[in-house]
Amino acid sequence: MSEKPPSAKKMLNQCITQHFIDAATAKAKGEPVGWATSIFPQEFCETMGLQMVYPENFAAIIAAKHGAQAILDIAEGEGYDVDICSYAKLGLGHIKEQIAEIPLPLPDFVCCCNNICNTVLKWFENIATELNIPLLLIDVPYNHNYEPTPHSIAYIRAQFDKIISQLEEITGRSFDQNRFEEVMRTSNRVSRAWKKAIDMGRTIPAPLNGFDSFNFMALIVEARGNEQTAVVFEKLVEELEEKAAQGESCYPEGEKYRFMWDGIACWPYVGQNMRSFKDKHINIVTSTFPDAWLLMYEPGNLDELARAYTMVGNNACMEFQADRRTQSLREFNVDGMLFHINRSCKVMDFMQYEQHRQVFKRTGIPIATFDGDQADPRNFSPAQFETRLEALTEMIDQRKDAKAKRGDA
Amino acid sequence: MSEYNTILEKMQWVVNHPGQVVEDYLKERKRPVIGCVPEYCPEEIVYAAGMLPIGMWGARTTISQATSYFPAFACSLVQSDLELGLRGVYDLLSAVIIPSHCDHLKCFGQDWKVAVPQVRFIPLVHPNNRGLEAAVTYLAGEYQRIRRELEVVGRLPITEDELNNAIAVYNEHRRTMREFTAVVRDYPVTLNARVRHLVIKSGYFMDKAEHTALVRELIAALSAAPVEAWPGKKIVLTGIMAEPDEFLKLFTENGLAVVADDLAQESRQFRVDVPDGPEDALTRMARRWQNMSGCPLLIDPDKQRRFMLTELAKESGADGVVVCMMKFCEMEEFDYPFYKRTLAEAGIPLLHLELDVNSPSFESARTRIQSFAEMLG
Repeated sequence: MSEKPPSAKKMLNQCITQHFIDAATAKAKGEPVGWATSIFPQEFCETMGLQMVYPENFAAIIAAKHGAQAILDIAEGEGYDVDICSYAKLGLGHIKEQIAEIPLPLPDFVCCCNNICNTVLKWFENIATELNIPLLLIDVPYNHNYEPTPHSIAYIRAQFDKIISQLEEITGRSFDQNRFEEVMRTSNRVSRAWKKAIDMGRTIPAPLNGFDSFNFMALIVEARGNEQTAVVFEKLVEELEEKAAQGESCYPEGEKYRFMWDGIACWPYVGQNMRSFKDKHINIVTSTFPDAWLLMYEPGNLDELARAYTMVGNNACMEFQADRRTQSLREFNVDGMLFHINRSCKVMDFMQYEQHRQVFKRTGIPIATFDGDQADPRNFSPAQFETRLEALTEMIDQRKDAKAKRGDA
Repeated sequence: MSEYNTILEKMQWVVNHPGQVVEDYLKERKRPVIGCVPEYCPEEIVYAAGMLPIGMWGARTTISQATSYFPAFACSLVQSDLELGLRGVYDLLSAVIIPSHCDHLKCFGQDWKVAVPQVRFIPLVHPNNRGLEAAVTYLAGEYQRIRRELEVVGRLPITEDELNNAIAVYNEHRRTMREFTAVVRDYPVTLNARVRHLVIKSGYFMDKAEHTALVRELIAALSAAPVEAWPGKKIVLTGIMAEPDEFLKLFTENGLAVVADDLAQESRQFRVDVPDGPEDALTRMARRWQNMSGCPLLIDPDKQRRFMLTELAKESGADGVVVCMMKFCEMEEFDYPFYKRTLAEAGIPLLHLELDVNSPSFESARTRIQSFAEMLG
């Protein structure tokens, strides 16, 4: 009797649980554990065999489990302003008092890369100061124009050398170039599989529920250089291809609207958001959120590695971002776009209004916004979310009717 | 003191009429004027190009058009700069240099490019891994790019000699301003919080050599007068900036003299000079960035600011520190829990005031400053 192989979702949950167990075990054994920002060049830490955990993932899980408020209160009690990013405050609150449901070990060093925002610079600086531990920084200059400048790439490259020597000092081991090459190959394999999975959203109907893609993302954040992650994503692709071949949507009743979600999930209300979408048969077929981890480069080419990590969406200029969104809207046959005006994430919010205008001008696709937060439950109104969603579906219906009357496709 | 009053009147005029300053400069010098957005702009390159760098630290104004770009929780500095840009107030500028110290400024640059296309946008991204030699090379590369852009704007090359001369002018200005902030402590009645700020702020709307000369005259005029006794208490200000004037007057009304500051708009600009040495001008300017510390925009896991601030309060004989927290400035907000703790350990009283330049709440500030002054006794 052969056992049925586990589903990708089950494998995902096993991997995430195992990841936390491994980190806690390493900590208990006295091995160094690091905290890293979500798009830090993990290749270096993976090569050194270090246990890394990701406080942004931790924050998302805590928020989705409705455990954020108590930790936010601890941070705010320390003097952190209500205005500060909620992910940062969850991390800083956790350092003060470990009351979270998830056993996130405290770090022995932190790895920060500001390709996602400059807020992480201060957040990780504060952790390093508070715990008196090393701050390993890959500073990625913001790209104000379409392409990074040559001196920016040279600067990032130089920091790779520094990181290697810092990691050697932390571990007492030397950096293995062969292992590094291997990790880079695996990381690219993971990225390719991830791309294939999220590209399944192009299929009509789309077999992958967008909210599920947000969950799978946890793995690409925290184990991007790991073989097992590639196996999970390859399994996911296999399942999705099977569903697509049968013409199955992620909803048994089929999909009515195809959405693009802009920004991070609103984790404290992700269940409510998901139900709302399901009730209206809306699926998120593409998003700027999981796309951020598509990091592909020629293994061994460190200039390309530097380039991949600087060309992250949040680090890109207005035109680049508008082009990326427009392309996704067209290629994924999107009917409507929903912007999360995420109170925590200034780097996204402060360009979203203009992105809204530019993308609408180019595509004519209806767009709505809602106010929320990635982890702070105080910044979201379910009523506003419902109203905006209804208005957006109405706009889509009208547009579809008008098109039908004109005899468009 | 008539000389003193004439100097202050001149300073007040430029602060009140920046538009006229620009128009006069364009008419008389026939060279471009460049907007320099906070916090750390390489004004020396602009000066070397024979152009006037002008500070853009926002202004008290109603935000209406900028709401099309920013939600309400962007800081008042970027909100008001964009608002004025959209209204055409900066149309006489040939370009603006916008650094990217924080997420607000990063996005502001991108929004400016779209919202105010008539005024050329020159970006600047400072390195944060400041201890590395590669960071100096990188920043010199950024400055070189800005130099080339300004050469296009000004249609003239910028020579190494001109850069060296500009550095000398700016170092002299910085030395003079440090001397001024020391002199303030002896004349707390004449140089009250508002006047102290005026003298520093006027430097953002004048040729730095002229401003240096004016401040030197002011120091000379003051030094001729006897030192003033101060019956009230003394404070140090910390934060990005302390404006508007009505807010500063509240300190004087409550018997508080500003004896030192740790403000980005004030002392943080002139604490450190560009070092001398055999290196080229732009590399020396980049080294200055490496040598600076004590500001939340200068990444530093040792958080030297908390110790520098404590030392500044002690050394200046201050009775307390007042935090001028720019509303929505995360970079400043992240530092607060640390220096709050260090100052408490040193027994230095601290007052936290939240400031929004566009919609200041004077009543709340008045009550809090009053209570703080009473508490200091």
